[in-house]
Amino acid sequence: MTAPLTDNIDPRAARRGSVLGRFLRRPAGAISLGVFAVVVLVAVFAPLLAPHDPNFVDLSLFKAPPSAAHPLGGDSTGRDILSRLLFGARTTLIGAAIAIAVAVGIGVPSGLAAGYFGGVFDKIATWVSDALQAVPGMIILLIVAAASRNSFTFIMITVGVFLMPGYFRLTRSTTLTVRNEAYIDAAIVSGLSNTRILAKHVIKAVYAPIIIQTALTAGMAMGMQAGLQFLGIGSANTPGWGAMMNDGFTAILTDPLLLLWPSLALGITIAALAVMGSTLSDVLSVRQPAPRRKRRPAAPSSVDDATTGALHYEPAAAAVQVRNLKVSYPGADADIEVVHGIDLDVAPGEVLGIVGESGSGKSQTVFSILDLLPAAGVASCDALWIGGRDVSALDRKDRHKLLGSKLGYVPQEPMTNLDPSYTIGYQLIEPLRSVHKLGRTEARERAIGVLTRVGIHDPARVMRSYPHQLSGGMAQRVLIAGAISGHPSVLIADEPTTALDVTVQAEVLELLRELQQEYGMALVIVTHNFGVVADICDRVAVMKHGEIVEVGDVATIFTNPANDYTRELIAASLDDAASRTELDAAYDTTERKAVNA
Amino acid sequence: MSTPLLSVQDLAIDYPLPGRRKTFRALNEVSLDIGAGECVGLVGESGSGKSTLGKAILGLVPVAGGQITFDGADITHLTRAARRKLAASIQVVFQDPYGSLDPSMSVGDILAEPLTTSGLGRRAADAAVKEMIDRVKLPSTVVGRFPHEFSGGQRQRIAIARALVRKPRLIVCDEPVSALDLTTQAAILDLFIELQRDTGVSYLFVTHDLGVVRRVCHRVAVMYRGDIVETGRGDSVTANPQDPYTRRLLMASPIANPQAQAERRAKWLELRADSAA
Repeated sequence: MTAPLTDNIDPRAARRGSVLGRFLRRPAGAISLGVFAVVVLVAVFAPLLAPHDPNFVDLSLFKAPPSAAHPLGGDSTGRDILSRLLFGARTTLIGAAIAIAVAVGIGVPSGLAAGYFGGVFDKIATWVSDALQAVPGMIILLIVAAASRNSFTFIMITVGVFLMPGYFRLTRSTTLTVRNEAYIDAAIVSGLSNTRILAKHVIKAVYAPIIIQTALTAGMAMGMQAGLQFLGIGSANTPGWGAMMNDGFTAILTDPLLLLWPSLALGITIAALAVMGSTLSDVLSVRQPAPRRKRRPAAPSSVDDATTGALHYEPAAAAVQVRNLKVSYPGADADIEVVHGIDLDVAPGEVLGIVGESGSGKSQTVFSILDLLPAAGVASCDALWIGGRDVSALDRKDRHKLLGSKLGYVPQEPMTNLDPSYTIGYQLIEPLRSVHKLGRTEARERAIGVLTRVGIHDPARVMRSYPHQLSGGMAQRVLIAGAISGHPSVLIADEPTTALDVTVQAEVLELLRELQQEYGMALVIVTHNFGVVADICDRVAVMKHGEIVEVGDVATIFTNPANDYTRELIAASLDDAASRTELDAAYDTTERKAVNA
Repeated sequence: MSTPLLSVQDLAIDYPLPGRRKTFRALNEVSLDIGAGECVGLVGESGSGKSTLGKAILGLVPVAGGQITFDGADITHLTRAARRKLAASIQVVFQDPYGSLDPSMSVGDILAEPLTTSGLGRRAADAAVKEMIDRVKLPSTVVGRFPHEFSGGQRQRIAIARALVRKPRLIVCDEPVSALDLTTQAAILDLFIELQRDTGVSYLFVTHDLGVVRRVCHRVAVMYRGDIVETGRGDSVTANPQDPYTRRLLMASPIANPQAQAERRAKWLELRADSAA
C-alpha cells in the first residue's frame, strides 16, 4: 500500500555549522569581535587597569606630554589622559547599554504586538513611532538635560526612546511576514495560545535581525552620547570620550594629541560594532556563491554514441540540437552537476515535451538552451545549434539577441515575469523596437496584432494596463504574445500552465497549439503533467536526475513505455486509478476474507 | 443517516476589499455535511471559495452569516479560548509543505508541541510522537532533524503526523498534495486513505484536481464563485457530472492518454462553443 520512505534525507544541511562558528571563521567577524571584547574588558576592569584616579587633578600635569608615569600625558585640567580614557570606555558602554535596553524594551514588544495582532494597536503604535521620528531629537535631549540637571541616565533613556522606532519598524515588518506563514496558522489550529506562538515561533524569526540592528544602533547611541558630551551636556566629573574630545578641541592648535586619543577610541569602537553588524548579517543571510561564468570551447562533437534524446538530424536542419549538455552549480565542497551530458534534438515544427519530476533537470536544460540559467549555474556542451546556426561560441550578448528573434520563451509564473512598473504596451513594444529595429507605429501595430491573435478582445485597453490589472490567464496570454511577436522558429515554454486553473490551462494549451500550427514553430514544452503531454506533444523526452531516460513519440511512450520510470510516472496519474468507492469495496472484501479465514 | 459530525448551514463570508468600504462575498450561503469517517471533497478553481470554507471551519476567518455545527455544538463564533479546546478535535494539513513547519524547530518538537501545551507530560508526548512518526512511515530518526532537511513529500508526512497527533475527529486538508510530484502525490493519497481506515477520522479535502477527488473522496461538492453548484458521490461526479460548470471543469482536465485526451478536447471545444453562443 503506502510506499515506505525511499528517498534520502538531505545530509548537506547538517554540515553548515553554528552561526557563531561561521561568524568567527570570517576574519572581519573574529577581528571586530576581538576589538569589541577588549573594549568591554577595559570598561569592566577600568579601576584595576587605570594607573591613576581619573578625576585627580595634578596641576603639574597641565597639558603634559607623554611620560613614563603618564603614557598619554595630561589634559587641560591636569588629569591623567590614559586613566580618563579607560574609565571613559565604561561611561560609553553603560550609556549605550541603557539606550539599547530602552529601545529594545519598548520597540520589540510593541513591534511584535503590532505585527501579530494588527488592528487598532498597530495603527496607534505605528503613528507614535512615525511621530517620534518627526520630533527634533536634539531639542528634546537639551530639554531633558536641563530638566534633569544633566542626569546621564535620563539623557541616555531619552536617546533610547529616539532609537526605538528603528526596532519597532523592524520587528513589526518581520512579524508581519512570519504572521502570514502557514506554520503560524497551523499553530493556532493546534490550540497554542498567542503568548506561546509569539514566544516560541515568532521571536525566533525576529531575533536575528534585532541583533544585527543592535550592533549598528549601539554605535549610533555611542555617537550621540559623545556628541552631547562634546557640546558640554552631562556631568563634568564623569570621564567620557565626548567630554575629552571637547577638552581636546579647545586646545586643537597647541596640543592636537588631546583630541586624537578619545576620537580614536570612539572611532575604533563604533567601527568594530559596524563591522560586527554587517558580518553577522552576511552570515545569517544565505547568499548565493559568487557567479563563475566560464565558457568551454566547443569540442568536436561525438554524436555517434549518443545515448539519449537525439534524432540524428543534420545540425543545420534541426530547430534545436544540443550535444553533451552539462549544467552544474557550485556546492559546498565541489560543483554539483544537475544535468549530466544530455543530447537533445528538436525537429522544425514539432512539439516536444520534456517531462520529469522536480529535480529532474528539465528546467535547467531549457534554461541552458535559452542562456537564462541563474547566475551561479554553469552550462557546458559540445555543440548547440539553434535554427540551423551554431551558437555555442557566441558571447552572452549575441546569445541574448536570439531571444525574441529565433527563440521565444513562455515562463511558468506569468505575473512575476511582467515588470509591475511598466504598461503592457511598453513591455511588448520595447523588444520589437530594440531587437527588430521596428519604428514606433509599426511596433505598436505588431503588438496589437499579436494581442488580438492570442485572444485578447480589447488590445488597446490591455496595452494601457499594468500587470496587476490582469488575471493570471490574461497575463500568460500577454507573455505568449510577447514570445511570438518576433516570429521565433522555436518557442520554449517552461511549465506554462502549472500556475493556472484547469479551465484556463485548457485555453492556453489550445492557443499554443493553434499558434504552433499557424506559425510552423517548433514548440518545446516543459511539464510534469502527462495529461499536458497527451494533449499537445508529438514527441516526449522523459528526464530523471539530470538524464534523459527515454525519448519517443507520444503514442509509443503511452502505450508501450520502455523504461520503468516512465511507466511509474504514467501509472501515478490518477485518471484510470481506482476510485475511493472501488478501493473501499476491495478493502471490505479483503477484510471479510481475513475475518473468515 | 445519523447526525453528521460537521454541519455547515447557509454559511456566508465577506472579505474586506483593501482601501474600500465595500466587502467581497467569498462564500454565498453554502451548506455542507460531513459524516464520521467520511472524506468529503471540495473542488473548484482559484477564487471559488473552497479554501475559505476550510478556513471558516478552522476558525481562521470571521463568519458573516450562517452556522457551523460540530458534534452537535455551535462553533460558528468561538472565543480563542473555546477554539483552543476544539483544537483536539479539528486539525489541518496545509498545501505548502515548506511554509507549514516552523523552520527553527526540530521535527520532534513540532509534533510534541500540540501535546505538551495541552498538558501532556513530555514522556507521554514523546511516545505519542514516536507512534505517529511510525504511522506516517518515516524512520524514527527524524525526530532530531529540522524541516529543511526533508523533501516536500516527507514534510507533508510530518504535517500529517502533526495533524493526527492529538487524535482529532476531523482534518481539513487544504490542497495537501498539489505541491507534490506525481509519484509522491499518489503515495501521500494512499497514506490519507490508510490513516482514515485505521483511525476513523473525517476529512474535508479541498482540492482543484478532480483526479484527487475521485481517488480519496466518498462525496464531493463542486464550488464556483462562492456557491456550491453540484454535490454527489465522488466517483459519479468525476465521471458523469450534471452541472454545466462541473462538466466544463472535467473536460478541461487533460488525461494521460493521447486518444482519450483528443476526444476530451473535442468535447471541451464543443462546450466552449456552446457557452460562447
